[in-house]
Amino acid sequence: MHLSPDEIIFWQSGFVKLNATIVYTWGLMAVLAVGSKLVTRKLSTGLQRTRWQNLLEIVVTGIDKQIAEVGMSQPQKYLGFLGTLFLFVAMASLFTIVPGYEPPTGSLSTTAALAICVFVAVPLFGIEDQGLGGYLGDYLKPTVIMLPFNIISELSRTLALAVRLFGNMMSGTMILAILLTITPFIFPIAMSALGLLTGMVQAYIFSILATVYIAAATRVRKPKPVPAPEPAAKQ
Amino acid sequence: MLIDWFTVIAQVVNFLILVWLLKHFLYRPILDAIDAREKRIARELADADAKKAEARKERDEFQHKNEEFDQQRSALMNKVTEEAKTERQRLLDEARQAADALSAKRYEALQNDAHNLNQAISRRTQQEVFAIARKALTDLAAASLEERLAEVFTRRLREMDEQAKRSLGEAIKTASEPALVRSAFDLPAAQRTAIQQALNQAFSAEIPIRFETAPELISGIELTANGQKVAWSIADYLVSLEKGVAELLKEKEQAEAQAQARAQAKKPSVLTQQIGQRAYELYEEHGHKAGHAAEDWEQAEHEIRKEILRPVKTGPKAEIKPRAKANLEPEAEAKPEDKVAHEPASKVDPVPEGKSADKVGSKPAAKDAPGSAAKAEAKPATEAEPKPEGKPVAKPEATAETEPEKKSR
Repeated sequence: MHLSPDEIIFWQSGFVKLNATIVYTWGLMAVLAVGSKLVTRKLSTGLQRTRWQNLLEIVVTGIDKQIAEVGMSQPQKYLGFLGTLFLFVAMASLFTIVPGYEPPTGSLSTTAALAICVFVAVPLFGIEDQGLGGYLGDYLKPTVIMLPFNIISELSRTLALAVRLFGNMMSGTMILAILLTITPFIFPIAMSALGLLTGMVQAYIFSILATVYIAAATRVRKPKPVPAPEPAAKQ
Repeated sequence: MLIDWFTVIAQVVNFLILVWLLKHFLYRPILDAIDAREKRIARELADADAKKAEARKERDEFQHKNEEFDQQRSALMNKVTEEAKTERQRLLDEARQAADALSAKRYEALQNDAHNLNQAISRRTQQEVFAIARKALTDLAAASLEERLAEVFTRRLREMDEQAKRSLGEAIKTASEPALVRSAFDLPAAQRTAIQQALNQAFSAEIPIRFETAPELISGIELTANGQKVAWSIADYLVSLEKGVAELLKEKEQAEAQAQARAQAKKPSVLTQQIGQRAYELYEEHGHKAGHAAEDWEQAEHEIRKEILRPVKTGPKAEIKPRAKANLEPEAEAKPEDKVAHEPASKVDPVPEGKSADKVGSKPAAKDAPGSAAKAEAKPATEAEPKPEGKPVAKPEATAETEPEKKSR
């Protein structure tokens, strides 16, 4: 009984090791990349398109719309990062229907890595958008006294992101494992279905939170230029 | 420890690689495809809009043209209908007029025929009557009768009233030629001297006289000098009688012709109206078919005439017609006869100056002759009928017959 796929180690050489988390992540990456490549290899720009292309278009435009709903003025700029977050987490939980698969998001290492990515990405996007001074100035708002609290909130929310996702994913697999030992018939299937649902919800929550953080970092001074592009966008 | 830092680093790297991969293989191509499609759709929509606008324009144009065409068509239709209506009216009018003219012509022809016939009959009757009278008197005439005639003539000369006597005397005196005394038979010498004496006595002068035989006088003696004439002959009386009869017939005819004309003035138009009505009924019965107008009219005319004639035939109409025709006739004939009768009626008549006395004298006789001439042809001539009569007769007969015909038409 192991809490995390990190504990399943296929190969180790000192610090470097190859555990189940990394292997399954690679698997997911391969599936995602090859799948996209296969589908987008023969993209049609006409009105007729394949079902796979249609699916991917729905996914991409759905994420795009979601980001725009949060309030980002340029959703496509953040689509690569936030979309990948969502797709990775969602696919990780979706593949739990494959027997013998351990979701990499069930490892605190993976969720921590994702949270760190968000933690790094937020100031990067903020600085890119507002400049270094502008971004750092946000920590002093509304007063200088708020600086430590702002820093603490930044760290704590990153931690919360990582732990929330880990907890949910790990709990899903843990519950499934425990239930399998108690009632091996039917009930684990229901729990597995529930796990799929929670996995999707977690993927949504994770990516939405990341979006909100980035939006908060970038749009502070945005309200002024925002009205201008709106009529332009309408045209 | 739940967090394996190597795994964390590896996952961060993995994640970044995945981001790149998906960006490269998923987002960009998909977004590009969507953009391309949107552009294409926008372009196609714009094209469609342009085409729609063009189509609307064309539709408007066609609609406009259609309306124009409809208007033109309706205008043409109206025009054609109007033309057809006027044409129909015109044809009807023409047919009606033609029918009117035809019936009028027929009526006129009928009247003319009747008129001519009556004229011929009355002329013939007249001629016959006079011819008989003339013939009878000619047969009676003889030398002994001439003697009596000479006596009557001389008595007449003596009894002449003063004015006539004076004018005749002047005429005789101024004449370059001797006075001409014409008689139907050769006068015996005793009678010639008696006439000479009577003349000398009457005009108290020696008057040169030339005697001549003129059988057309029938019986009687005639003195002509320089356009003045004194005569006593049976032909004279006959001419006077003819004139009297002609005048009587003329008066009667005029009165009745007026009444007839008044009575018949309305008749053709009323008839035509009836015929027209009946023709239209027939046209309706035939189901408004064109092209039978003439037939319909004929039939209608036939029916109407039949209808009218049936009750009238036995009644007054049959009587009126012949009478009218009989009356019409003398009007035309009176004219030539008038001229002829004029000369012998008055005892002393002015004769046109350029003409010789001889010609004037023969004229009335010549014109009276046709009746006897006709009879002479129909019957073998009697012995008393002298041959020379044939010659003067031939001409006047032709003129007498052709003249009235010309005038009556």
